[in-house]
Amino acid sequence: MKTGRLVWAGWKFHVKSLTLSGFFLLTSAIQPVIFASIAFFMFKAGAREGTLLYVSLGAGLMGIWSATLFASGGAIQWQRWQGTLELSIASPAPFLFVLLPMTLASATIGLYSLTGTLLWGRLLFGVPFEVAHPLLFLAAVPATVIGLGLLGLVMASTFILWRNANALSNLLEYPIWLVTGLLVPISLLPGWVAPLSWVLAPTWGVRAIRDAALGTGEPLAAIAMCLALGGAYLAIGSVTVRYFENLARDRATLSLT
Amino acid sequence: MNNIRVFFIGGFMAYRALFAWIHWSIYVPTMLGSPLFQILFFAYVGRFAGLQDDAFFVVGNAVQVACMAGIYGMAQTIGAERWTQTLSPLLATPANRFALFMGRALPNFANGLIVSTFGFLIGWVFLDFDPPLSSLPGLAACVLVSAASCTAFGMLIGSIGLRARDVMFLANLAYFLLLLFCGVNVPLDQLPEWMEAIGRSLPLTHGIEAAREVAGGAPLSAVDHLLWTEAAIGAVYAFGAYGLFRYFESAGRRRASLETI
Repeated sequence: MKTGRLVWAGWKFHVKSLTLSGFFLLTSAIQPVIFASIAFFMFKAGAREGTLLYVSLGAGLMGIWSATLFASGGAIQWQRWQGTLELSIASPAPFLFVLLPMTLASATIGLYSLTGTLLWGRLLFGVPFEVAHPLLFLAAVPATVIGLGLLGLVMASTFILWRNANALSNLLEYPIWLVTGLLVPISLLPGWVAPLSWVLAPTWGVRAIRDAALGTGEPLAAIAMCLALGGAYLAIGSVTVRYFENLARDRATLSLT
Repeated sequence: MNNIRVFFIGGFMAYRALFAWIHWSIYVPTMLGSPLFQILFFAYVGRFAGLQDDAFFVVGNAVQVACMAGIYGMAQTIGAERWTQTLSPLLATPANRFALFMGRALPNFANGLIVSTFGFLIGWVFLDFDPPLSSLPGLAACVLVSAASCTAFGMLIGSIGLRARDVMFLANLAYFLLLLFCGVNVPLDQLPEWMEAIGRSLPLTHGIEAAREVAGGAPLSAVDHLLWTEAAIGAVYAFGAYGLFRYFESAGRRRASLETI
């Protein structure tokens, strides 16, 4: 019960504070709309104009990933800069449940990007927004947010030891967009990419959302995969957070700046 | 002689002190890793969209990534003076302002050349991009001019950072808008007219156009008008940036707001 309250209160707090951050406004609202526009123009000028809703949903997911990535990369670093990391770790609550709301909140504010790109596509590019399975779509969106948020937890935990974790965030934006098939089908990429994509929640998240919206494939299976991967990330994250926290305590590297 | 020292040594020291991504553990993932995947991403999106061949995206993005150094670097090496509380001591010196300001551009310009060259190499190694050997000097000229105009644009962003609260927000926004407006991934004639008009007034647009023609086998003489236009646009931004720098300096002194963060 206490844990649930901590996660809920932390999630609300971080959603509010990330919403007021200029950087996250850019990452979750402005940048996705710019990328969606580039993609709309590319697909309109190319030979695949009929795929604009496909592009719109993919661009929205790109924003959710960017928000998760940068917030997870920054979750530790910002606490270091603000001098609150030691306090958070020394608090009686397990650090896992201090970190978890942060990464879930970052994926949640990524919803601005999904909403933004769908609206942008509708208003400026005339992209129709007709959802084939509304209920499944409504289930797919939170499942995706949870899957990505928990993936963020694994990343954030490994960043405890690394002084320049935010640099890894800069690196990981495009490759995950690419290998999880957000704009390009995975079948077009080299064969070794497919197994890599299977263990990444955005692959199943975008599949679930697209299948539910476009009425293709099996959205329920993709939702289940997204949640199952989320469970696996939580299990991995709980081990890595504890392990890296102990390592950082041993080495006295918590306050590295 | 003193101005030359301020230009070269001052610029180099400012770069070492303020360019936050200088350490290899940040430089490699940010300045090399990110462009690598940007180029691959857009090339694959282009293939799926059936828009253009790989060369189109390699040239567009390899020239555009010079902006990472030009824009982010200049935002940090000028705008960050306020954050590090060194702006007031700096402006209390009698150093020539033009040398001081322009000297900060040189390392970022050189960095832009490195990043852009790396981008072309990526295209050659991983994608279907194989320009004729004879086009390389011409391509180098296009990259030189484009990186210079990008750096000039970055100076403008950096100058605004002397006043604005969050210069990196502005730098990020500018970087992404250049991706959209400058014909990096979408042929300029496929954009709405008003976007094309804005694109033509920004750095990169003409440089990318020239680089694409040169990579396609055109001689440098066939695109010299594009390069002159690119250089002229860069010069306008550079002088605009210097004007803003001087204005914000005098306004900051008048209002005692140099160190307001």
